[in-house]
Amino acid sequence: MAGTLQVSLWRGGSDGRYVDYEVPMRDSQTVLDIVTWVQRNADATLSYRFACRVGMCGSCAMTVNGRPRWTCRTHVSKVASNGRIKVGPLENLPVIKDLAADMQPFFEKWQRAQGRFAPSKTRTDPIERIAPDSPARLAANAAIECINCGVCYAACDTVRWNPDYLGPAALNRAWTLVNDVRDAANMERLTAVAADSGCHACHSHQSCQEHCPVALNPTASIAGLKRKTAQAYLRGEIKP
Amino acid sequence: MNVRLYIWQRLTAALMVPLLLVHLAVIFYASRKGLSAADMLARTRGSVSWALFYGTFVSAVAVHASIGLRTVLTEWTPLGTRASNIAVIAFGLLLAVLGFRAVVAVVLI
Repeated sequence: MAGTLQVSLWRGGSDGRYVDYEVPMRDSQTVLDIVTWVQRNADATLSYRFACRVGMCGSCAMTVNGRPRWTCRTHVSKVASNGRIKVGPLENLPVIKDLAADMQPFFEKWQRAQGRFAPSKTRTDPIERIAPDSPARLAANAAIECINCGVCYAACDTVRWNPDYLGPAALNRAWTLVNDVRDAANMERLTAVAADSGCHACHSHQSCQEHCPVALNPTASIAGLKRKTAQAYLRGEIKP
Repeated sequence: MNVRLYIWQRLTAALMVPLLLVHLAVIFYASRKGLSAADMLARTRGSVSWALFYGTFVSAVAVHASIGLRTVLTEWTPLGTRASNIAVIAFGLLLAVLGFRAVVAVVLI
């Protein structure tokens, strides 16, 4: 494939601007390839983040032509509009520099949502037997493959309107743990996600599901949390 | 929105569905039968059933609309949570006062 692409990349911090580059077109070229080409051939000071390049690590998410995407698995041929591509940092997050967004608020919300496993047994206890076809395990399996890329968070209208909202990824993580029978902290977790700006702030717009690169459905996980927290509240097990 | 407000909003929504259908049916009935204001008041005055029906409706509306407005204010205006809470409590009370005034007007007076 011959020719060039007209590429606009965000440069600077939150007060930066888009800068145009001409990048040679290649077969099977990804958006990450373009960004890497610019850094190696046009401007070595370009900052961006990536690691695995195969869609596993969740490091390389950026805004591509207005949509949040994993750039290592996004082919230019599918997203270029008349040979033009505009790449910016993920939205709903502070900009560190250029294409690197600050993921700290995103991961702080994982902690606020109690998105960490709380063991209920010691190493001397026998291993818990979990039926693979039990409803709880099936629900956890459906949500567990999150790669923490932040695409859902950047796509979420509710995060945009309410910066305190926990966001789809943290709530999706909480839902996998709520369905883990080995976990010992579910009341604390349900209390955390039932507070203001928790799961009930979700408007079910489903942008998270629409944009998730690994085809998860955080909206369904959040709906599950709404049900679980409502039941726990009505039983008097949690307080908002 | 937290879980308590969420449950109140869902409960009042569920309550309003049948009430709204009856309310619409009453409007259709009154207009198709060509009832005058005096005919309607003759049916509603002193009626405990209509007082309970519209009293419940007004209460559900005041709670439901206030919770919804709280979300709109916190997400779309610069008002913080505290200011939004105060504003929607005032709004809910206003709806309740206006609604109950109308109920009293057709049932008692």
